[in-house]
Amino acid sequence: MSMTRRGLMAATAAAPVLMCVADARAQGIAPRRGGTLTTILQPEPPVLQIGVNNQGPTLIAAGKIFQGLIKFSPKLEPMPELAESWSLSDDKLTYTFKLRQNVKFHDGRPMTAEDVIFSVTKFHPEVAPRARAIFSRIDKAEAPDAHTVALTLKAPFEPFLLMFDVTACAIVPKHLFDGQDFRTAPAVQRPIGTGPFKFAEWQRGNFIRLERFEDYWKPGQPYLDAIIYRIVPDSQSRRLALETGQVMMTAAGDIEPFDVPAMRARPNLEVWTDGWEYFSPLSWIETNHRVPALADVRVRQAISRAINRDFIAQRLWFGVGKPATNPIASTTRFHDANVKLPGFDPRAAAQLLDAAGLRANAQGVRTTIKHLVLPYGEIWTRLSEYLRQSLRQVGINLELESTDAGSWARRIGAWEYETSINFVYQFGDPTLGVERTYVSSNIQKVTFTNTGGYSNPRVDALFATAREAQTAEERRAAFSEVQKILVEEVPQIWLMEMAFPTIHDKKVQNPVQLGTGVHASYDDVFLTA
Amino acid sequence: MRDFARRYARNKGAVVGLLILLLVLAMALGAPLIFPDSPWDMVAAPFMPPGEMDMLLGSDSLGRDVAAGIAHGARISLMVGAVSTVVALAVGVSLGAVAGYLGGLADDLVMRFTEFFQTIPSFVLAILLVAIFTPTIGSVVFAIAVVSWPPVARVVRAEFLSLRSREFVQAAEVLGKSRISIVLGDILPNALSPIIVLSSLMVANAILLESALSFLGLGDPNLMTWGFLIGSGRSVIRLAWWMSVFPGVAIFLTVLALNLVGEGLSDAMNPRLARKRGAAA
Repeated sequence: MSMTRRGLMAATAAAPVLMCVADARAQGIAPRRGGTLTTILQPEPPVLQIGVNNQGPTLIAAGKIFQGLIKFSPKLEPMPELAESWSLSDDKLTYTFKLRQNVKFHDGRPMTAEDVIFSVTKFHPEVAPRARAIFSRIDKAEAPDAHTVALTLKAPFEPFLLMFDVTACAIVPKHLFDGQDFRTAPAVQRPIGTGPFKFAEWQRGNFIRLERFEDYWKPGQPYLDAIIYRIVPDSQSRRLALETGQVMMTAAGDIEPFDVPAMRARPNLEVWTDGWEYFSPLSWIETNHRVPALADVRVRQAISRAINRDFIAQRLWFGVGKPATNPIASTTRFHDANVKLPGFDPRAAAQLLDAAGLRANAQGVRTTIKHLVLPYGEIWTRLSEYLRQSLRQVGINLELESTDAGSWARRIGAWEYETSINFVYQFGDPTLGVERTYVSSNIQKVTFTNTGGYSNPRVDALFATAREAQTAEERRAAFSEVQKILVEEVPQIWLMEMAFPTIHDKKVQNPVQLGTGVHASYDDVFLTA
Repeated sequence: MRDFARRYARNKGAVVGLLILLLVLAMALGAPLIFPDSPWDMVAAPFMPPGEMDMLLGSDSLGRDVAAGIAHGARISLMVGAVSTVVALAVGVSLGAVAGYLGGLADDLVMRFTEFFQTIPSFVLAILLVAIFTPTIGSVVFAIAVVSWPPVARVVRAEFLSLRSREFVQAAEVLGKSRISIVLGDILPNALSPIIVLSSLMVANAILLESALSFLGLGDPNLMTWGFLIGSGRSVIRLAWWMSVFPGVAIFLTVLALNLVGEGLSDAMNPRLARKRGAAA
């Protein structure tokens, strides 16, 4: 608790100089060492070991404890982190990473090529399905010396580097996991990484405290003494904590979109909606193609045209995020800006439904479709209510069903739904984050696969081409064509390219620098006095 | 009947309660006339304060008319209150009558069964039932009925216990009337007054329960109710107080009115008790 109090005192002491912060930043102020960053984490993560748990809150906090070989700029260009440099052989099969010399784990042991190979070939493939799928393409992993790692693939795989961010492949200490069950090893409860902050204290339901790691490989960094993540389950309490200065920063879904305008208006706070480029979550109306009405492409097109995406982005999300134009988020490579969904036009929607043979009955209802409300918070309920009213205008009766988070995931995974809302991370490359929703080989009874059951051999072939192609140009051509087909067939009805607000006191410097935003290591974050 | 009305009118609060209740009923019945469009329609800009853009009570986070929501919500809230009370009465009265009239082993069995329900906190049980059966209007009514019948059973049993040893029941038995006709024709009419008083309170309680369930997001997502209005306004209360306050006032007035009416009925049906109370005051 004493840390918290000190942080609070620092906050009050700093208040009078807030005016000049903006000027100071423009001039490029010198980093100041010291101070505790107080922020919020919600919901409370089960563990802080990346891999064992890969949910949002875990990745945000554990991103300070662990690091990846590389990190990504907002434009998703790779930047050095634990790897100083890397190269790709001419046959595009072997990736060679040169590791930094002076990196230590929090327990004092040096980080070497052994740890990297263990993390890539053993740890993450064992605990995380996404890593298993990608890293199974590795043919052999070798360490020519203690600070060089050579990974040879079975076949060229262009988006390979994107898997080396801390959120996808955190480097874990081999000596603490080898020979044990990775999920139950003691290190899972007391995570040990190479990051600028080490795990210090966790009072369940209250706060998580990370402290400066003195032997961090960047001399003089990190600047912060500590980071405290408070667990605050209620959204209005989170807003209050930010307003009163009890916390200096909020991220992800901490602050409800409808509260964001009020936060923008406060002179001491700054609001960012970037820093999600690597994840690029895209939301859509999840449609189950096994429902006869939804198997008809004209009905899906009609639903798509009956929805005003601008209304959703402006009135429901208050401008946090923007309308989706096609299945590949505009922040990722290979998004084709020329391929766009047709706009909002209820009359065209009605004509499409007529053409599909759905005639209105005496009550003006053409067909009734069930809709499973996404139980992730109130805004999603409002979204479903908006969809119901919009579709009612064109004669589709959307019948809402409520459920809890566990049942939602189970029912989507078991195909026991007609429509719902879903949003999925794209991970910077359509092969990593988009393909899974549309290819017929991924029609599985598992959440976040092609649960809708869409199947088009041409789409399968194009995604395969894009996956195996050696050059970015070949991949771009395939992805552009796939976008054209998908926009025509709307297998899922895309709604929004989502963003989440990062809101912080203006004395917090550099909180959003990378394409992964608040998931970064924060070794360069500091507080102005 | 005129006598009954006069006794009822002696309780001024009960008259006020009856007036409020009639007003709410009129609002519920007249909702489709006053607000012909669906209460879910987005008819204005979001978060309009009361009085602006022809919104008497303001608009909510999607620009829906709060006044229309309250009027249409009255239909559902009153309907849930009435139907669940009827179901609870049916169960409670039959079980209470069996226990009270038969006595002995039947009484023991029924009462242990009733106590089993009484020992579980009723709201928790209601949440559990709705969560299991997925939130629909049917499951909400069912859940409220399941948690509301035990007090009825106990009251009815007590009445039957005291009534079945009275002379008129013995006379009916000697006359050779069947048990069922004795229970229905002789005892039940004499036990009606506490049941009626209790049922008015049960309606109030059912409305509160339904609102609480909707508030927690366990209401039928396709029906506009007062609890839903408050629940959806809760998180934006600092932005739009009117979204939660007006539906809250509607619940408060309706429940208060039902309680006042219940008291008035009790006075009118037990004139001696009421007079005694009046004298004491």
